[in-house]
Amino acid sequence: MARLIVDRVTKTFGAFRALDEVSLDVSDGEFMAILGASGCGKTTLLRQIAGFDKLDGGRIVIGDSVVSTVARHVPPERRRIGIVFQSYALWPHMTVAENVAYGLTVAGVRDPERARRVEAALALVELKGYAARRPSQLSGGQRQRVALARCLVTEPSLVLLDEPLANLDVHLRASMEDEFARFHARTGTTMVYITHDQAEAMALADRIAVMDSGRLLQVATPSQLYREPADATVAAFIGEGIVVPAEVVEVDGRGRCRVDLFGLSVGMRCAPAQRPTPAARACLRAGNLAIVGAGAAGIGARVVRAVYQGGHFRIEAQLDHADGVLVHLTAAEPCRLAPGDAIRLAIDDGWVLPASDESVAVAATPPGVRRRPDDDAAATGADR
Amino acid sequence: MADTAGWRERAEETALLWALVAIVAILSLLPLARLLFEGVAPGGRFSTAALTSVLSSATTWTAARHSIATACGGTVLAVLIGATVAVLVGLTDIRGRNAFVFCFVLPLMIAPQVVALAWLQLFGPSSTLLKMIGLAPAMGSRNPLYSAEGIILLLGVQYAPLVFLTLRAGLRTLPQELLEAGLAAGAKPLTILRTIVLPLMTPPLVAGIALCFVSCLGNFGIPAFLGIPGNYLVLPTLIYQRLAGLGPSVLSEVAVLSCLIGFIAVLGIFLQDLMLRRRDFRITTTSNAMRPFELARWRPAVEIALWILTIIVLVLPLIALLLSSLVPAVGVPLTMQSATWSNYDYVLFDHAAAKRAFVNSFSLSATAAVAIVLVAVPLAYFLVWRRSRLLRLLNLVTEMPYALPGVVLAIAAILLFLKPLPVLGLTLYNTVWIILFGYLARFLVLGLRPVIGGYYQLDRTLEEAAQIAGARLLRRLTTIILPLVAPMAIAGALLVFLTAFNELTVSALLWSSGAETLGVVVFSFQQGGDSTYAAALAMLTVAVTIALMLSTLLTGKPARGVLPWRG
Repeated sequence: MARLIVDRVTKTFGAFRALDEVSLDVSDGEFMAILGASGCGKTTLLRQIAGFDKLDGGRIVIGDSVVSTVARHVPPERRRIGIVFQSYALWPHMTVAENVAYGLTVAGVRDPERARRVEAALALVELKGYAARRPSQLSGGQRQRVALARCLVTEPSLVLLDEPLANLDVHLRASMEDEFARFHARTGTTMVYITHDQAEAMALADRIAVMDSGRLLQVATPSQLYREPADATVAAFIGEGIVVPAEVVEVDGRGRCRVDLFGLSVGMRCAPAQRPTPAARACLRAGNLAIVGAGAAGIGARVVRAVYQGGHFRIEAQLDHADGVLVHLTAAEPCRLAPGDAIRLAIDDGWVLPASDESVAVAATPPGVRRRPDDDAAATGADR
Repeated sequence: MADTAGWRERAEETALLWALVAIVAILSLLPLARLLFEGVAPGGRFSTAALTSVLSSATTWTAARHSIATACGGTVLAVLIGATVAVLVGLTDIRGRNAFVFCFVLPLMIAPQVVALAWLQLFGPSSTLLKMIGLAPAMGSRNPLYSAEGIILLLGVQYAPLVFLTLRAGLRTLPQELLEAGLAAGAKPLTILRTIVLPLMTPPLVAGIALCFVSCLGNFGIPAFLGIPGNYLVLPTLIYQRLAGLGPSVLSEVAVLSCLIGFIAVLGIFLQDLMLRRRDFRITTTSNAMRPFELARWRPAVEIALWILTIIVLVLPLIALLLSSLVPAVGVPLTMQSATWSNYDYVLFDHAAAKRAFVNSFSLSATAAVAIVLVAVPLAYFLVWRRSRLLRLLNLVTEMPYALPGVVLAIAAILLFLKPLPVLGLTLYNTVWIILFGYLARFLVLGLRPVIGGYYQLDRTLEEAAQIAGARLLRRLTTIILPLVAPMAIAGALLVFLTAFNELTVSALLWSSGAETLGVVVFSFQQGGDSTYAAALAMLTVAVTIALMLSTLLTGKPARGVLPWRG
C-alpha cells in the first residue's frame, strides 16, 4: 500500500500533448477512478504510472520513492505495482496456477511458500478449483478474477486497473463491480481505476478524476462531481448536465445565491467565494426542471423531441430565449407532448459554475480527511 | 540510489541490443562494405584499373544485357502465371484449393538447379520420358531449353509462386464489404475485378514484381544449367566462370561485376518504390475475409485448367527427372529390365563427395535455421516493439543480403575471409564455415519475417504483464515471448532450412573439397555429363523437401500466411 503522487506530469507525442501538467494525489488505500472519454489521455497516464513510457515533464512518486522524472525512470519491473489489463493479458501457454505464480517465481519465492500464496490468492478470488486449467478454458469473469489474483499475489503497493470491465457483458459487470468493491475493502490496497463509464466510476471510487484532452479537469468525490462540477465540460460530461448562461444577482457567502435565468429568479448553490456577476454559467440537472402550467413562473420552451423510455418520456426542448439552449427533462406517463408544442419550465435548483476551474478542483480532498479552512491556500501553494 | 534506478535492467537491454546490432552488422553490412571497397580499391589500393577493364569489356555488357533480358522475360511470365492463379485461387470458389496451392508453390521450394535438371530431362534427345513414348528428338540435336527462351521459361515457372504469394497475401486483406458495395452498385464480377480488386492490389503486385525481378536476376542454377552449355552467359554465371577458371586472382574483377549486378537489383527496387509512391491504397476497414465468387458452370473448366498447369510445370518435369534417375546410363531406354536403383546406391553409399554433401547440407541448413531463429526472436522484439531510428536502419540492413543476388554475397564473403581473420588467425576460406556465414547472412531475413509477423499478432500486454510481475527482459523473452512466438519461429526455421538445403548460388562459389553441398554435387555431376547421378541426387533432395513440407500439414497449429505452401 502506498500513496501515489502525480506531479505536473507532461507527455507529448510530437506536437500532440497527450498529458498536460497533470497532478493527482492518491492517498494510501484510496480507490481513485480516472474517468474520461477515449483519447482523453487516461491510458497514457496509466502507462506513465506503470512506467511503460517515459515522461516529458513532472514527476511520479509511489510510496517513498520517486519513480519517474525526466532524468530518472524506474523500469516497470522494479515498481512493485500490479496491473489488471483490459485484455486481462493472461499467458495462454500457462495454467491458471502458473499465471498467478509467475510474479513470485520471478521474485525468487519457491515452493512451498509459493504454492501456499498462489492457493491463497486463488481462494481470495474464489477460483480454488481452477488452478490446473488454461485461460482458454475459463469464462470472461473467471479470466478477470485470475488477472486480479495474479496482480495481487505479490502484494503490490499500488494496483492499476485499465478498464477491467470493458470486455464483459452487462450482467457480469455488475457482479464484478461488487467484487472489486469488496476486494478493495478487504485488502485496503491503493487502487487506480481507469474507465470511460461514469456509472462504474461512481459506484466504485472514493474519488474520481475527470480527464479531457490530456488535462485533469476535476478531482472530487462522486457526489461532489455530480453536484458541483468544476466547469462546463465536467458539467456536461457527468450526468448529462445542462449548461446555461446566468446572472448571479446576490450571494450569501455560504454557498447559496440568487440567479437570474432568462428573467426567472432561481435560488441556486454556488462556491462560498462566488461573487455577483452578470456573466456566469449554471449547471442544471434534468431533475431540476419541471413542466408547469401556462400561468406559473417559468421559462418558455418548445418541444423538439419526445422519446419514450419505458415508464417515462425524455423530453428535449429548446428554450424560447434567443440563445435557443437545448434542455432535456423527464416527463411521467401519460404525456401527450409532440415536437413543436409550447411548454413552460420551472427550475428549482442548480449549481453556478465557478468562474475559474481551479477553485473547485483543489477544494477536493480525500474523504475522511478533515479540512481546515486555510487548507485551501496550502493546497493551492503545493499543487501549483 | 537516485541514478542507479533500473541500471541493471537498462544494462541488460542495452547489451542485448548492441549484441544484435553487432551480429546484423557483421552478417549484412560488413560483407557489402568490403565488396564496395574492393570495387574502388582492389587489394587495398585505390585504383580504377579493375573498374575500367571490366566496364570496358564487351563480355560484361553482353552478360548484363542477357541478365536484364532473362530477368525481365522471366518476370513477365511469372506475373502472367502467378497473377492469374492468385486471382482464381483467391477470389473464386474452386475446389481442392489447398492441394493446388501446395503443388503450385512447390517449384519455389525446390532448388532452381533441380528444376532446370528436371526440365532438361523432359526435353532434348536423351529424355528418358520422350524415349519411352517415342517422341525423343534425334540424337545430336540440340535441347531447345539451352537458350534464352529456355531460361526465361524456367525462371517464369520457378518464380510465378512468388507473385502468387504476394498477391494472395494482399487479397486476404481485401474486405468483403468493398466487393459487396461494388456488387450492390450493379457491377458484374469482371468489372469489380478490373475496377476494384486490381487497383487495390497494385502495391502487392508491384512488390511481387520487384521481388520476382530481383530473384530472376540473382538466379544462378537455371542459367548455369541452361546457359553455360550454349555459352549464353548472364552476370552470375559469368562471375562463376571467371572465378572457377582463374581463382582468387580475378577477385577485383568479379567484385566489380558483383557491384554491377547489385546495382541493377537496387535499380529494380527503386523503380518499385517510385511506382508505389503517391499511391496510398491502405485498406481502412477490417472485416471478415471475402466470400469467393461463384464460377458456376465455368468451375470444372477452370479447375481442369489449373491442374493441367500443375501437371505441366510440376508433375511432368519431376516424372522426367525420376525416370532419368532410374536408367543405368545416359541414353539407355528405360524398360522394366533396365530400370535400376544403382544411381541412388552410388550417390548414397559410394560417391564420397555426395555422401559428404548430405552431411554438409543437412548440418549447415539445420545450424543456420537454429542460429537464425535464436537471433530473430530477440531482434524482432526490438524491431517491432522498440522503435528508434537505429532500429529502422537495422531492419533495412537485414534485408540487403537477401534482396541482392546471392553471388554478390558470395563474392563479398570470399573477399572478407580469403585472408586469415585478424587477431584470431583462423582461415574460414575453403572450409564449411564460410558457407555457414553465407547462409546466416543471406537467410537471416527469411527467418526474421515470420517471427516479426508473430510479434505483430501478439498482444503486447502479455509482455507488459510479465514486466509488471518483475521479470527482466531476458526472462520475459525466454518464459513469455519465446513460447508465444514459437509457431512462427518454427515456421521461419523451416523456411531457412529448406531454402538453404536447396540452394546452390552461394555454395557454388564458396565450396571447397570436403565442404561440398548437395547443390554443388548435383551441379558437378551434370557438368561432368553424369546426369543420371545428378537426377538421382536431385530426386532425393526433392523427396526430403516434399516430406518436410508435408510434415507441416500434419502437425502443429497452422501459422496462417507464414508457410507459403499452406492454404
